[in-house]
Amino acid sequence: MAKTHVTTTVNGDAMEFLCEPGDTLLQALRNELGLTGTKEGCGSGDCGACSVTVNGRLVCSCLVLGVEAEGAEIGTVEGIGDSDKLHVIQEKFLEHAALQCGICTPGLIVSAKALLEENPDPTEEEARYYLAGNLCRCTGYDKILRAVMDAAETMRGDV
Amino acid sequence: MSEAQDYRYIGQRTIRPDGYDKVTGRANYGADLTLPGMIWGKILRSPYAHANIRSIDSSRAEAHPDVLAVVTHQDFPDGGSRGSNQSMNVLADKKVLYHGHAVAAVAAHTEAAAEAALELIDIDYEPLTPVMDLKTAMAQNAPLLHDTMFTSGLAQDPTTPSNIASRMELKKGDIEKGFSEADVIIERNFQTPTVHQGYIEPHATTVRYDEDGQSMIWCSTQGHFDVRGSTASLLNIEHSNLKVVASEIGGGFGGKTTIYLEPVALMLSKKTGRPVKMVMNREEVFKASGPASASRSKIRIGATKDGTITAMEAHLAYEAGAFAGSPIGPGCMTVFTPYDVENQYVEGFDVVVNKPKVAAYRAPGAPQSEFACEMVINELADELGIDPIELRLKNAAREGTQTMYGPKLKAVGLVECLEAARNSAQYKEALAENQGRGIAAGFWFNIGGVSSVSINMNPDGTGTIVEGSPDIGGSRASMQMMAAEGVGLPIESFKPLVADTENAAHSDTTGGSRTTFATGMAVVEAAQDVVRQMKERAAAVWNVTPDQVDWKDGVAINTVGEDKLTAAQISAQAGRTGGMITGRGNISARGAGPSFAVHMADVEVDRETGKVDVIRYTAIQDAGKAIHPGYVEGQYQGGAAQGIGWALNEEYIYNEDGLLENPGFLDYRVPLASDLPMIDTVIVEVPNSFHPFGVRGVGETGIVPPLAAVGTAVSNAIDIRMTELPLSPPRVLKAIRDA
Amino acid sequence: MVSVVYEAPESIQDAVKLLADSRIKANVLAGGTDLIIQMQGQNEKRLVVDVKKIPSMMDAIMTDEGLILGPSISCAEFTAREDIKAVYPGLVESAYLIGSTQVQGRCSIGGNLCNSSPAADTIPPLIVNRAQCVIAGPNGERTVATEDFVTGVGQNCMEKDELLASIRIPAPAANTSDAYLRFIPRSEMDIAVVGAAVSVTLDDSGICTTARVSIGAVAVTALLVGEAANALVGTQLDDSALQAAADAASAAARPITDRRGTVEYRKQVVGVLVKRAAKIAAERAGG
Repeated sequence: MAKTHVTTTVNGDAMEFLCEPGDTLLQALRNELGLTGTKEGCGSGDCGACSVTVNGRLVCSCLVLGVEAEGAEIGTVEGIGDSDKLHVIQEKFLEHAALQCGICTPGLIVSAKALLEENPDPTEEEARYYLAGNLCRCTGYDKILRAVMDAAETMRGDV
Repeated sequence: MSEAQDYRYIGQRTIRPDGYDKVTGRANYGADLTLPGMIWGKILRSPYAHANIRSIDSSRAEAHPDVLAVVTHQDFPDGGSRGSNQSMNVLADKKVLYHGHAVAAVAAHTEAAAEAALELIDIDYEPLTPVMDLKTAMAQNAPLLHDTMFTSGLAQDPTTPSNIASRMELKKGDIEKGFSEADVIIERNFQTPTVHQGYIEPHATTVRYDEDGQSMIWCSTQGHFDVRGSTASLLNIEHSNLKVVASEIGGGFGGKTTIYLEPVALMLSKKTGRPVKMVMNREEVFKASGPASASRSKIRIGATKDGTITAMEAHLAYEAGAFAGSPIGPGCMTVFTPYDVENQYVEGFDVVVNKPKVAAYRAPGAPQSEFACEMVINELADELGIDPIELRLKNAAREGTQTMYGPKLKAVGLVECLEAARNSAQYKEALAENQGRGIAAGFWFNIGGVSSVSINMNPDGTGTIVEGSPDIGGSRASMQMMAAEGVGLPIESFKPLVADTENAAHSDTTGGSRTTFATGMAVVEAAQDVVRQMKERAAAVWNVTPDQVDWKDGVAINTVGEDKLTAAQISAQAGRTGGMITGRGNISARGAGPSFAVHMADVEVDRETGKVDVIRYTAIQDAGKAIHPGYVEGQYQGGAAQGIGWALNEEYIYNEDGLLENPGFLDYRVPLASDLPMIDTVIVEVPNSFHPFGVRGVGETGIVPPLAAVGTAVSNAIDIRMTELPLSPPRVLKAIRDA
Repeated sequence: MVSVVYEAPESIQDAVKLLADSRIKANVLAGGTDLIIQMQGQNEKRLVVDVKKIPSMMDAIMTDEGLILGPSISCAEFTAREDIKAVYPGLVESAYLIGSTQVQGRCSIGGNLCNSSPAADTIPPLIVNRAQCVIAGPNGERTVATEDFVTGVGQNCMEKDELLASIRIPAPAANTSDAYLRFIPRSEMDIAVVGAAVSVTLDDSGICTTARVSIGAVAVTALLVGEAANALVGTQLDDSALQAAADAASAAARPITDRRGTVEYRKQVVGVLVKRAAKIAAERAGG
């Protein structure tokens, strides 16, 4: 079967790719565009490792078809931070030792950024529920929450 | 406790050197490598828990235009290990032994095409009765998984085969005498379920077999040298012809210490002449990688009225899965180690069932047995009217305690952990209605083993630490700090590199909490070797003897003159003074100090639904010396979270046909961010005298205490002794309503 | 997932035509949080009709008569609507409970209905709010009450050439409110083991004049339990009335034992949730 041609924007850059209509956005990002920062942990929306934004909305890219990216704005971990300067959330993850193996980290950073854009001053509980779809098996979440709350404070300019 | 100011670099909370790659998505994990011309492999798995394979017909698949190759067990080479347990686990031979057992593999141009082609392989199965639990498996006349397996370790060699692979026994003192001295004896039976490590990254590999017989495996593993050894032995390849590259690893917790896909992918690559990638999906990970043993145990403990424990007895049975080899050994060895009690006895059984062959899971074997022991200790404390911390302090293992399994303990930190628990903020918090508190201790040996490190000094005085230990949780940061401390140069001067099997000498698998301890020792040795050579070179420049050169903060000082040479200056002229400087540390580390932990859980139970919420948690553990306190705390917290999951909701659920009903993160319920409170930590530091900085492994012990800490907290909250995990809402509500 | 034909029509009519004309298996794609998982490992060729380009599928309009809900609006967008939450707090809560933040970004109430799982979170609150499903087909529209929409596990009353085009929820009477509670083993991410929605109308003296009780995950479809509602009507929702409603719900439940719960457990807990949801609904209606 013929592949479908998709024109999209990824991290602000115009991009094109070909994919099978049944392929997921996750497969398209990883296999067609070589953007392997987005990880697959489950393929069923239960782990959040493949979190990206589509038109500003946080989603699991394993539950979006690649063809749905047509005309959309996709945001992945590769678009967070600049080449010479990390985003505050990334810095705080490093400072707080909020990652061990690091496989959940890209998804968590994409999700944490979406959280703080929606709610710059979350309570710890709000942050925990917002991030409940991002599984981390290494950290017990303690340091992740500390990093996110610290990043929120820094981004608000409270410190 | 040693003081942080003793060291210049150790004990700091540095930024890990691989951190930037991991927060930006640049780090490459198991599934992230693509090679030119690469094709995909997928595995056909058994729909039965237990069946004979009458025949496999792959002719339809092989005739299909999308299919490039098919392999089965018969493709293992003559002279390899065809018919060995490992090869039969990787691809079933005459029998399938669990739901999801690999039977054949297909290579095709795309992953989807490979998956679609699986249904073109025709397998004729003869279904057999599945054996799904210990009781059934151990019963007389149970259906047998292996009709040639006879129980080892019995007084007399058995004449009939059995599902019991082995029996073992440990004892010290006189157990009957011990019980005769007791005023109070508590005896209880416990059960724990099959659980999975639940690493977020599925098993993945990309391999290439070349025409000249050279092969490459890229994979996510805790030990690429072991991948090389196992794969080479299955496929009859010389080690020098097989390069294994460890990708970044997305969690393992013991589960990535063995091989599943790698030899299969290599056989497909050899048949097709193309690089082959294989990635398990989540369902395959749950069904067919190695979970942790389900267990049954009976514990009997006796004590006098003043709280002196006089006798401890355990009978343990662990599920091995489809092939012999549960961690019943460490289960027996650890069960009573936190207690300095004269009379101890333990008997253990390793039992096969129709579930996937178990793999290591963080302190393998210890959580199951120590859960049971700690539950009884807490009940004993209640019965005696003694605070559970005081009871433990009274009987705590300490320096000189004779273990049941052999050595006497050296200096250990259990007493210090218990005291820290008594002094913790949480212990002072009052409990409200429907809340309960549980305290439990935990023990794990830790291991040493072979580690090989070289530090290559660059012409500018910086250095590359070449190690062979995959970094599963931040160990590169520790290596960097230990090298900096050893050489006396800033942390940023050293770049740690986890090299492949061709670029580093053999190092044992990252497991047994060995890496910061053993590979760290090798780093220290390599750093000392660098310093020795630096001094020699400086001495040569100054025309003095090396012992006339001092070394301080990365600078050579001529003690008979005024001269100084920095490491950078020495390195820059190394070419003229005898060649580049490489420090070596090739060691077989002994003296891994055991790490004891004490955890405290506070829970609240909804009496109408049986739901348990963990509301406060403190994890206390002896690190010997915390090289990077942030990652040490992280190990405590991670172990606690996994143990909480084991206690509350995680379990393999099989139906009556032995088919796994919850092979996904939807219904295999690991703790979420919203399920847990902050996990307070206390790092106790009782130095391990065998390590230059006093390090003990810290990775595993933290999963041992939570099962009984949570189990006791729930029991106390509802005032009912719970004995079976997980404490899922239906089980807790039933206990409340039946009471 | 090798053989999918993807179409994204821009009108209901075009969507219906695509479904009607399809000679292969056809699926409607809204958020895809169920469909894309169900398609995994399936080799059968199929048509996927993405309805998110159809404006009316993505709207939620509050009028004096009630809510006209585009079935495919994402739950994230839906639950952010304070105007809707003020009128149907229980329904909004149920939409908020589905999956993670990420899943919320895609999943929809229409998708939840059409997936027709016994455990669907939004169906009991739709039922207690008397929602009507407007179904478009080749011969025009028809309307079905939500309680009649789902007919079995994963089955509903729609033909293969029909599309759920709109969900209409009448404005509640004065002093009426709703609540939805579900039980899951964790705090998030799970499928409901039991769900319960209650809507009550109170008079000035706090007496319940009308009630609707619907329970989920305890039968092949969500149940509208008249006996439980009757136990509440005419009372001040005192403990004995709540217990009677709980008992009626437990009695009406016909659950199964599976990996998420047992028969015994579900029957017990459904009563607990009905009791708790009724209390919340009453507080809201009285406030």
